[in-house]
Amino acid sequence: MTTSPVLNRRDFLKTGAAGGAALVIGLHLPGSAYAAAADQEKKPANPLNAWVRITPDNRVTLILGKSEMGQGAMTALPMILAEELYLDWKQVTVEQAPTNPAVYDHGTGGSGSVAGSWLPLRQAGAAAREMLITAAAQLWNVNRDTCQAQNGGVLHGARKQFLTYGELAETAAKLPVPDFNNVPLKNSSEFTIVGHDRKRIEGTAKATGAAKFGIDSRTPGMEFAVIARCPVFGGKAAKFDAAKAKQVPGVRDVISIDPVGPGAFTAGGVVVLADNSWAAIQGRKALEITWDEGPNAAESSESLRNHFIENAAKPGKMVRNDGDADAALGSAAKKVEAVYELPFAPHACMEPMNCTVHIRPDGAEAWVPTQAPQWAQDIIAKVSGLPPEKVNVHTTLMGGGFGRRYQADFVMEAAQVAKATGKPVMVLWTREDDMQHDFYRPASYHRLSGVVDAQGKLAAWKHFQSSTSIAAMWDKNGAEKPEASEFATAAFIPYETPNFRVEYALAHSGVPRAWWRSVEHSSSGFVVESFVDELAAAAGTDPLAFRLRLIGEARKIPDFTNPKEGKPLDTARLKAVLQLAADKADWGKPLPKGVGRGIAGYFSFESYTAAVAEASVENGAVRVHRIVYAVDCGRPVNPAGVVAQVESAAIYALSAVMKDAITIERGRVAQANFNDYDMPRMREMPKIEVHVTMSKEDPTGIGEPGLPVVAPAICNAVFAATGKHLRRLPIKSADLA
Amino acid sequence: MAAITFTLNGKSQTVDDVSPDMPLLWVLRDKLQMTGTKFGCGMALCGACTVHINGEATRSCVTAISTVAGKKVTTIEGLSADGTHPVQQAWIEEDVPQCGYCQSGQIMSAVALLSKKAAPSDADIDDFMSGNICRCGTYQRIRKAIHRAAAMQSGKAKSA
Repeated sequence: MTTSPVLNRRDFLKTGAAGGAALVIGLHLPGSAYAAAADQEKKPANPLNAWVRITPDNRVTLILGKSEMGQGAMTALPMILAEELYLDWKQVTVEQAPTNPAVYDHGTGGSGSVAGSWLPLRQAGAAAREMLITAAAQLWNVNRDTCQAQNGGVLHGARKQFLTYGELAETAAKLPVPDFNNVPLKNSSEFTIVGHDRKRIEGTAKATGAAKFGIDSRTPGMEFAVIARCPVFGGKAAKFDAAKAKQVPGVRDVISIDPVGPGAFTAGGVVVLADNSWAAIQGRKALEITWDEGPNAAESSESLRNHFIENAAKPGKMVRNDGDADAALGSAAKKVEAVYELPFAPHACMEPMNCTVHIRPDGAEAWVPTQAPQWAQDIIAKVSGLPPEKVNVHTTLMGGGFGRRYQADFVMEAAQVAKATGKPVMVLWTREDDMQHDFYRPASYHRLSGVVDAQGKLAAWKHFQSSTSIAAMWDKNGAEKPEASEFATAAFIPYETPNFRVEYALAHSGVPRAWWRSVEHSSSGFVVESFVDELAAAAGTDPLAFRLRLIGEARKIPDFTNPKEGKPLDTARLKAVLQLAADKADWGKPLPKGVGRGIAGYFSFESYTAAVAEASVENGAVRVHRIVYAVDCGRPVNPAGVVAQVESAAIYALSAVMKDAITIERGRVAQANFNDYDMPRMREMPKIEVHVTMSKEDPTGIGEPGLPVVAPAICNAVFAATGKHLRRLPIKSADLA
Repeated sequence: MAAITFTLNGKSQTVDDVSPDMPLLWVLRDKLQMTGTKFGCGMALCGACTVHINGEATRSCVTAISTVAGKKVTTIEGLSADGTHPVQQAWIEEDVPQCGYCQSGQIMSAVALLSKKAAPSDADIDDFMSGNICRCGTYQRIRKAIHRAAAMQSGKAKSA
């Protein structure tokens, strides 16, 4: 990340409205680590800010410029600031930043919050600390080199004098802001907060019911709305009769909203406004609607699979072509081929989508559980006709995000309704709405071919993929351009081969797709780490030894999909996590009869993860007993948070491996609630152990990297136990027979 | 429409002008502004809405308000004023919540379990708690927190 702070004193040194002078520190950084949404691409500078507010009563408030969805940003990011400020962690309170994209880089995704904030927050914290030290030196009239920050204040050792930051804040606020590029950063050997476990800062609020999620937003005079959306993607209401709905007690009005295309991708629909959520839901049941099902009404999971198979019968678009894979494969006696299939997957956040908006003539107020508050602000501004700075978006806690809440469809709907009524309104999604109108992890189909030669070297690797593609939906420049992104690390595998070919064919679908936890890595990790196991089996080699050998010498492999900005894959770090996971999981030691061990290692979001799973087949179903992880995500800012994220990614992955699929029938999602799309339950929990490398490298992602290794580790364990290769997710009992 | 009276977190509560079939969940959330109890599925499949009715863990999303008349309802807000209930303390100590959305329901289920079985085994916990979904996958920590709460409660009982 480039660091060229654009410092504006007016913006960064402000007087607090309450409690007198406050020291407010911030910085602008051009370029966003995560500019995924089409709308964001118009604004290349999505600056990141960090604020520290100290009031004379010695209250220290660290301001969070990212969203908290369970991933722990609300704890980890303030830890970075607190470290450079020499704060007592007990002294810290955290406040969500107001939505102001000129100051904050709000977008929370791509496992990038800690990685992207690490240096900027250190610099901001250090700049604040230097100003406070200067203030103390001025007040004492001593050389500032004789003063040091300590425990939430500044100490003059020789004079045995100590001033709290609260006592220094007013003086410090009048000082010039130091150049962020030259502020002295703390030596990491002195860290007392970073690298040390801290409990979740909002843990008590979440254990008492006091934590406020988006769905808990309440404002005087608000109405509750639910929307009847066409169940078929791309369809709309042809006509409706609201007479019966309006007779439901508590229903106030019924209106309709139009679908909105790129930038929001809403279905539109018929909106029932009511005194409370229940009345709105009952009113919706009483609507009589004739749907115009649109162009996608014939799509099904079967038709999509046929489309994949047709695509696979033809050469794909070349993504990468090193050497001559076809020639190497064609002449090989021990060629291995396998087809892998993955379905659509829903985010299924526990808090269904919702958004509360009040548009007044002079301004708007919104409470949004969003990973992209700046996008929410933009949309409400556009719908209301207000300038963005008049749209006050409160980013709430989120009951899960996983990429779903980077979308703005639920915001667009609420803005449309609020604009139409002029009253505060919460648009609430039911579970069924949430399950059937998600932006799903793309369905994909992969054909892998490879061969290991007589010397045990990987002579060729060929990967054909057809998928429904996120880029095809979001990239306005055309569907075919960014196909490499559908492969992610699968386009720069760590296994050395002179003949490496990657081909892609777009599959057309009316089903909305977007970023699901770990995005393309969820399919690439499964496919690559399953196929390498198949090659190991064909070569009669231990899967761990086989991987370590094919990875070969220590080297750095450029990120093929993002050569300019992506960090290269460091094979030494990958090997280290594979070896660590294997050691911790007693790789090679005997297991009870019927239990198998499988391993997978993967590079994603610039982090390295490996997992060893132990699994067996009982009564025609897979039982996962244990998953042992090793992760290297650079310096772990909050090691306890890293462990929690990996545990979480494991279960999120387990859901898509072991439980249900989203299937399409007659252009719509066949599943509706947790009865037909169930989640892993406590009784299905494997034991999960996470070993974190205490690296000194800069921090990299951890919200998502735990996910891609789970499916292949489990499937490889089932192969070890039963001799059956599992190539379709989720695992079906028919594939075990 | 009807007026219904019940005991809510130890105090008498009357709800006026309510459809008798309106689930307790929505009465709590939308009429009484007690938002600690969460909406997850509306079909008693996920447990996010769990409250106690006369001490029994109950899914409030499928419990019509008319059936609650005269009964004692306890919600997450009624467990303790300040998070000092042993189960809440154990949740905080084990750093259980991630997104936290399901945790009110998880805690209410755990409290109900411990009221029936003071020292539950892992199998008891798995059985009782499998009606509560956590999408963040905090199950391992929930199990630990329940054991911790059980130990805290038995310690308290001994010292009392």
